[in-house]
Amino acid sequence: MSASAPDISVKPKRAFRLDLKTVGPLLALALLVLLGISLNENFLSYNNLTNVLARSSFIGIIAIGATFVITAGGLDLSVGSMAAVIAGVMIMVMNWLIPSLGIGWSVVIAGMLSGILLGGVAGVFNGLMITRGRIEAFIVTLGTMGIFRSLVTFLANGGTLSLNFSVADVYRPVYYDGLLGVPYPIIVFALVAIGGEITMRYTAFGRYCAAIGSNEQVARYSSINVDNVRLLTYILQGVLVGVAVLLYVPRLGSASSTTGVLWELEAIAGVIIGGTTLKGGYGRIWGTVVGVVILGLIGNILNLQSLISPYLNGAFQGVIIILAVLLQRGRRT
Amino acid sequence: MTSAEGTPAPSILSANRISKSFGEIPVLFSVDFDIRPGEVHAVIGENGAGKSTLIKILSGIEQPTSGSIGYDGQTVVLPPNGAAEARGIVLIHQELNLAEDLTVSQSIFLGREIKRFGFLDLREMRKRAHAVMEMLHVHVDPDARINTLSVADKQMVEIAKAISRDARVLIMDEPTAVLSVAETQTLFEQIRRLTARGVAVIFISHKLDEIMELADRVTVLRDGQLIATVGTEALTPDSIAQMMVGRELSNLYPPKHEPDVDAPVVLGVRNLVAAGVKNISFDLRKGEILGFAGLIGSGRTAVAEAVVGLGHRSSGDITLDGKPVNFARVAQSVDAGLAYMTKDRKGKGLLLNMGLRPNLTLLTLKKHLRFGFLDGSSEERALERATRRFDIRARDASVAVGRLSGGNQQKLMLGKTMESEPDIIIMDEPTRGIDVGTKQQIYHIIAALAAEGKSIILISSEMQEVIGLSHRVVVMREGRLAGVLEGAEITEAEIMRYAAGIKQSGHDERISA
Repeated sequence: MSASAPDISVKPKRAFRLDLKTVGPLLALALLVLLGISLNENFLSYNNLTNVLARSSFIGIIAIGATFVITAGGLDLSVGSMAAVIAGVMIMVMNWLIPSLGIGWSVVIAGMLSGILLGGVAGVFNGLMITRGRIEAFIVTLGTMGIFRSLVTFLANGGTLSLNFSVADVYRPVYYDGLLGVPYPIIVFALVAIGGEITMRYTAFGRYCAAIGSNEQVARYSSINVDNVRLLTYILQGVLVGVAVLLYVPRLGSASSTTGVLWELEAIAGVIIGGTTLKGGYGRIWGTVVGVVILGLIGNILNLQSLISPYLNGAFQGVIIILAVLLQRGRRT
Repeated sequence: MTSAEGTPAPSILSANRISKSFGEIPVLFSVDFDIRPGEVHAVIGENGAGKSTLIKILSGIEQPTSGSIGYDGQTVVLPPNGAAEARGIVLIHQELNLAEDLTVSQSIFLGREIKRFGFLDLREMRKRAHAVMEMLHVHVDPDARINTLSVADKQMVEIAKAISRDARVLIMDEPTAVLSVAETQTLFEQIRRLTARGVAVIFISHKLDEIMELADRVTVLRDGQLIATVGTEALTPDSIAQMMVGRELSNLYPPKHEPDVDAPVVLGVRNLVAAGVKNISFDLRKGEILGFAGLIGSGRTAVAEAVVGLGHRSSGDITLDGKPVNFARVAQSVDAGLAYMTKDRKGKGLLLNMGLRPNLTLLTLKKHLRFGFLDGSSEERALERATRRFDIRARDASVAVGRLSGGNQQKLMLGKTMESEPDIIIMDEPTRGIDVGTKQQIYHIIAALAAEGKSIILISSEMQEVIGLSHRVVVMREGRLAGVLEGAEITEAEIMRYAAGIKQSGHDERISA
C-alpha cells in the first residue's frame, strides 16, 4: 500500500511531458483503481463503488464551488461550518413546519429551499466582506468558519438536532434511492459537475474567473467588473454547499457541532489535486471531480485491506496533496 | 562643447571608458566620468540615455562590461549588492529603500546594529540617530515610524543613514521628483552642508533649473554616449536641452496625414482634476493624433485613466462628440467607443499564463457569446483577423502570451484594444521596450488608424515618436499642462523646454489653438 504514493509521483514522469498536466490526476486515479482491484475483489462491486461515490458527492459538490472561488484567486474556509449550520437550520425549519404543512414532501421541499437560500445568503455575506469590505478572503472566511460552527453548536444547544422521524422517512430516499440504480447524490454530483465544467469553459463568467485569478489588474483594465465576479463565486459556493447539505441531511437525519468538520480542507484538497492552481488563474472542474474521487478511494482502499491501519487515512490524503502540488510546480519549470 | 577642466583637484570616484551591455543590447558606450570631493556633479539625459546604468555601475550594483572604476586613485572592482556602502559610496534610490514599519533609528542602523553583550544597544543607537538628525537640522523623532513621515523626511532619513555610514560619495537618483519647492530647498541646504564637509554628490534630475542652481559640473548623456562634461557656469538651460536632444528624424515614421482644420472635436476635456492631475483641458479632433509628451511621472497616464474611468476623477467635464459623459467604469468608456491601451503590458495588459485567444477577446468577450455560451469559433475567427491585421507572430495560438516577444505582445494588446472597435484610442507608450522593426509597424498602424478617421491620443516618453507621429503635442509637467505645440513648433528642444519647466504657457489661451 505504501507503494501508492511513489507510484503517483514516478509514473507521470515517464509520460509525455506536455500531457502531464492533463493526465496526472487521471493516472493517479487509474493507479488507485488498479491497487483497489488487486487488494480486494469486492472493490469493483456495484455496492462498493456507489457507496464511495455517494459519500464523495457532498465534498465533490462543495469542491466544484471551491474550484470557481480558487480559480478567481479567492478562498473559502467556511464551507464545512456553513454545511453544519445549513443542516441544522434545515432540520429546524422542517420540524417547525410540520404543524402547518403536515408530514410530506411539501415540508421536505421547503427545507431544501431554505438550505439553498441560507447557503446563498452566507455566500453573499462572505463575498461582500471580501469585495466591498476589502478584507482578505482567508481572514473573512476564517471568521465566518468560527461563526457558523459556533452557531450550529448554539442552535443544537451543544447536542444534536434531529429531524422528525416521520419526515426523515419521507426524506430518506433522496440519499438512499436513485434512478436506474444510480443513487441520487451521484446523479446530482454528476449534473453539478457537468454544469460546472460548461460554466468554467464556455461562459464569460468562467473566463472572467480565470482572468481575475491570473491577474486582477489585467481584468480590471479589460473592463471586467472584478468585484461582482468575485462576489458571484462566493454566492455560487454557498448555494452549492446548500445543495450538498440537502443531499446529506437525509443520510443521518441529524446535525451537530461535528457535522461537516474538515470538509473545507477536503474540498480544497480535491481542487488542488485536480490541477487547479491554489493562487488562481487556472481551474478545471473535471480535475476537481477526479481529485475528490481520489481522496474518497484512498479511504475506501484503506478500509478494504488489513495491512495498514485505516486511521492513517488522513496521512495518505496529506501525502497526495503535497505530491500534487509538487508536481504542479515541476510542470512550470 | 568640450570638458572644462579647471581645478586640478584629484577625483575621488571615476569611471574610465565604461561600457555596458545587457545581453546583446549595449546601453553605455565608453563613458568617462569623475567626481571630486566637495563637488556636486549632475548627470542628465533623456529617458533611456543610460543615467541609471551609469550610477548603478558607480555604486557597484552593476559591473561594467568593459572599462574600469577608480576610487581614491586606485583601480577597484566595487562589490555588488550595495556592499560598496561600506566603502563610502551610497546610492539613494528614487523610490527610497526604507522598511516602512521600522523606526527612524532602526532604519538608520539597519544591517549594522550596535550591540552590547550580544544584545541590541537601543539607547546608544537612538542617541546616535538623534545626533545625526541634529547635525542635519532635521527635527524627526528617532522613535517615529517611517510610514508616519513625509516623503521629504524619509529622504532625510536616507541621507542620515548615508552620513552615519561615513558616506564619501552620495549618489542621488532624482531626489526632488517627489518634493515640493520648499522641501527641495531644504534638501539643497543639506546637500550644501554635506559638500562643505567634503562629501561628493552625484545628482540626477530632469529639472534643469535645479541643476543650474546646485551643480558644479554637468555630464550630459544621450543614447548611452557621453556628450559632454561641462562646468555649470558655462551653461544655460537652453544649451543643456540642446545637448540632451538633437537627433535627426529617420524615415521610421509614415508621412503625416494632416486632419481637416475644421474636423469636429470628438473628445473634449475641461479642467480635469484627479490624483496627480491638476486642471487639465484639451481637445481631440476626429482623425487627429494628439501626442502627450512629458517626463515620466508628469501625469499623462493619470489623465488617460481618469478620462476612461479607471482612475478616480475629482472634478472636470468630459465630452464625447459634444455630449457630456461621465465614465465610472472602464466598461462604459469601451461601450462609448473610447479605449485605453495600458503601457504596462505585463502587469495590466495581458494574462501572461494564457494563450492568445483568451487575451485577445477578454475586453470584448460579450461579442463572442451565442445563447449565453462562448462561441469558440467566433473567437478563433477574431484571432485570425487580428493575427493578419497586426502581424502577430506566435508558434501557435496556445502558447502562453508571456513567452511571446515584447513586440508581439504589444501587437496582441493593440489587437485586443481594437477588438472593441473604438473611435478614440488612447495609446500609452505603445512601443515601450520593443525592437525598432516592430516599432515601425506600430507607427504605420497608428497613422493608418488616424487616416481612417480614428482619433488617437499618443502618450509617449520617446520624444521622436511623439514628434514623428503627432499632429499636435500636449506637454505635461508635474500634473499640469505646460504647453500645446503645433506644426513647426513640435521639436525636441521645444518639448524639452516645456517638460523641464523652462517655458510655461498660460495654457488656457492655448487649448483653443
